[in-house]
Amino acid sequence: MEENRLISALSDEEHERFRRKVIAFVEEHVRPQAKELELKETFPRDIIREMGKHRWMGIPIPEKYGGAGLDNLSYVIAVEEFSRASGSVGITLAAHTSLVVWPIYTHGSEVQKQKYLPTLSSGEHIGSFGLTENNAGSDAGATETMAVYDNGHYIINGNKRFITNGTYADTIIFTASHDRSKRVHGISAFIVEKGTPGFNPVRKEDKMGLRASDTAELLFEDCRIPKENLVGEENDGFKVFMETLDGGRISIGALALGEAQGALDAAIRYVQEHDLKKSQTVQKTIADMTMDVSAARHMIYHAARLKDKKLTVSLEGAVAKCFASEASMRVSSMAMDLMGMEGLTNRYPAEQFFRDAKLNEIGEGTSEIQRIVIARQVLGR
Amino acid sequence: MDFTLDSDQKLIQDMVREFATNELEPVAEEIDRSGEFPWTNIKKMAELGLMGMIVPEKYGGGGMSFVSLAIAVEEISRVCASTGVIVAVNQTLSAYPILKFGDDAQKQKYLPILAKAEKLGAFGLTEANAGSDPAALETHAKLDGDHYILNGSKRFITNGGEAGIFIVFASTDKEKGHKGISAFIIERDFPGFSVGKHEDLMGLRATANCELLFEDCKVPKENLMGEEGQGFKIALHTIDTSRIDIGAQAVGIAQGAMEASLKYSKERKTFGKPICEYEMIQSKLAEMATRIDAARLLVYRAAAMKDAGIERFSKEAAMAKYMASEACMYSVREAVQIYGGYGYTKDYAVERFFRDAKVMEIYEGTSEIQKIVIARNLLA
Repeated sequence: MEENRLISALSDEEHERFRRKVIAFVEEHVRPQAKELELKETFPRDIIREMGKHRWMGIPIPEKYGGAGLDNLSYVIAVEEFSRASGSVGITLAAHTSLVVWPIYTHGSEVQKQKYLPTLSSGEHIGSFGLTENNAGSDAGATETMAVYDNGHYIINGNKRFITNGTYADTIIFTASHDRSKRVHGISAFIVEKGTPGFNPVRKEDKMGLRASDTAELLFEDCRIPKENLVGEENDGFKVFMETLDGGRISIGALALGEAQGALDAAIRYVQEHDLKKSQTVQKTIADMTMDVSAARHMIYHAARLKDKKLTVSLEGAVAKCFASEASMRVSSMAMDLMGMEGLTNRYPAEQFFRDAKLNEIGEGTSEIQRIVIARQVLGR
Repeated sequence: MDFTLDSDQKLIQDMVREFATNELEPVAEEIDRSGEFPWTNIKKMAELGLMGMIVPEKYGGGGMSFVSLAIAVEEISRVCASTGVIVAVNQTLSAYPILKFGDDAQKQKYLPILAKAEKLGAFGLTEANAGSDPAALETHAKLDGDHYILNGSKRFITNGGEAGIFIVFASTDKEKGHKGISAFIIERDFPGFSVGKHEDLMGLRATANCELLFEDCKVPKENLMGEEGQGFKIALHTIDTSRIDIGAQAVGIAQGAMEASLKYSKERKTFGKPICEYEMIQSKLAEMATRIDAARLLVYRAAAMKDAGIERFSKEAAMAKYMASEACMYSVREAVQIYGGYGYTKDYAVERFFRDAKVMEIYEGTSEIQKIVIARNLLA
C-alpha cells in the first residue's frame, strides 16, 4: 500500500507509528475481504473481535477501563485508516466508540463504567446509540419514545430508526421522554442490554451503501430497565446526547476522510495503470481531489486535538464534519469521472466509496443542521 | 421565439407521462434490484409506437420529430431511467444511423424491425482500450469474398445482452487510423458473434450492459454501411445525435427527483413545520428547478436543430448532455439530502435516481469529453 497520503503537522511521530500499526492490521484483516463483506452484507463481527484484541474498540478510553489509553487523534486516525479500506467497518467502529463508549466514559457512573467499558473496549460487546426516530431526525428533541418510572424501574415504549449496529448490539444507549411537552428538557438517556424482555431489534435497513454495516430499527414494548441504567440525571439526556454528537461528528468526519483518501488512492492507481498522468484534465482532477483530502484531514485532526485539550468542539467539530462529508462526495465523484465506465463496476472500489460517502452528509446531523450549528456558534442563537 | 410545446407535443407528453406512471413506475424498483431486462415494458411501448418515433412512417415508425422523442424519453426516464435509455439507444443509436447512412436495402430490412422493437438495436463502438478515444479501437474487419470477417470485442454496450441488431465499428485499414474505420450492421445470429460478460453496474442496472465478442464473425458485405473508411464519421454524427436523448434522459431523472422532493418537503415536518418552509430547503428546490429548466431548453434546442436539418449541431448537443447530466447529479444529490436517512434506503426511489444519475455524467462521453467537443467547436 503506497503512502501517498499528505502528512499533517498536527499528528506526532507516536500517532504515525500507531497509524502504521492500524494500516498493517487493515491490510491483513480488512482489505482482502472488504468487497465480499459488502456483497454479502456481512456484519464484520470477526474483524471487531480481532480489533478488540488490541483494545481498539475503546481507543480513547483509559487502560484501567480496558481501553487502549490513547487520545482522540489516535482514534480519528484509526477510523480514517479503517474507512480507507471499508466504510462499513469505519462506521461500525465510529458509532460504537463515539456514541456509546465515549458517553459512558464521560457521563456514566463509576459502576456503569466498570460494568460496560471493558467488554465494549475488547469488542466482546458491541454498542449502539438509539437517538433517531421516525419523527425525530434533525429534530431530535421530538422524541416519542416514552419512559415511565415504576418502582425502581423505567418502563420504555417506542421505537428507534436507522440505528447503526442495532441488530448486533449488546449495549445500547438510547433516549426517551418523560414528558413530551417539555421537548428536550424532558428527555433522559438510558442503557438497555440485549436480551432484555421487551427490547428487540426488528428490521434491518436496505441501504444504498455501507451494506456490511448494520442499520436497524429497535422496538421497545413495555421494556423494564432498572433505574441504575439511567445515564446522568433524569431530564439530562439532551445534554448527554448533544455532547455525544459533538464528538461523534469528528468520527464521521474521519469516516468521510478515510473514504475520500481511499477514492483518491484508487484514482491514482487507475491513472498509473492506464498511463494517463500527462492529461491536463486528469491532472486537474487529481489536484482537486488532493486539496479536498488535505483540507478535510487538517480540519478533522484540528478538532480532535481540541477535544484532547478538553476544549469544546461544538464549532470545530461541525465545521470539520460538514466540510469533510461534502469533500468525500466530491472526491468519490471525481474518482468515478476519472475512471469512466470501469468506475461504475465493482472491479474498482470507486463506486463503493461513492455510495458510502453519501451517508456522510446525512448521518449524525445533516449538512444543513451542521450549518445551523456553525452559524449559531459564530453568531449566537 | 415560442418556448412552449405545441398541441401535438403536449399530447405526446401527457400520453407518455400517463403511460409511464401507470405501467413503468410500478416495476421500476424491481428491475433495478434484479437487473432483469424489461421486455414487458418494451412490448407495451412498441404497441404505443414509442420504440420507433423518429423512424419514418414508410418504414413502420411514427415519423415524429427529435423534440417529440426528447419529450418521450424524458417522461419515461422520470420514473425509470433504465427503460428510458433502452428507448433512446434503439432509436438514435441504432435506427437513426441506418436511416441516415444506410442504403435502401438496409433501411427496408432493418428499420421496420427496430421501429416495432421486434428486435432491439445496440451501438458497438466502445472497447476496453477505446473509451474516450474511440479512434483507438482494435476490432478489425477483413474482406474475404462475399463477407467481411470481424475479430475483436466491444465493452459496456447498452442493450448489448438483448439486442438483435448491432451497429458495429471496426477497422478495415489500420494504416489510415480513424479514416480506416468502417461501420457494419450485424445480426445476433451471424456466425462468430456472441455476447460476453454482463456488467454489474452501480446504476442503470436493467439495460443488459454487455460485452460483444467477434471471433471470425462472418458479416455479409451488403451489411457495410456507406463506404469503407466512413465509419468514424458515422459514429461521431450518431453520437452527437444521441446526446440529445441522453440529455433528455438526464432531465427526466432530475425532474423525477425534484417532483419527489417537492412532495416530500411538504409532508415532512421538523420543529413543528414542513421542511419546505425552511430557506435552505427552498434554495435547493429553486436551484434544482432552474438547472432542470435550463438543461431541458438546451435539449430542446439541439433537438429542434436536428429537426430543422441543421448539419452542425455537435456543440449544442454536447452542451445539452453536459448541462443535463450535471443538473441531474445536482438534483438527485439534493433530493436524497431532503429525504434524509430515508433517502439513503431502497424504500424510496430517490436512492435509485442517485445511482442512475451518476451514470449520466459518465457514459456517452464524460463531462470532460463534452467540454472538449464544445471547446473544439468554439475554437474551430
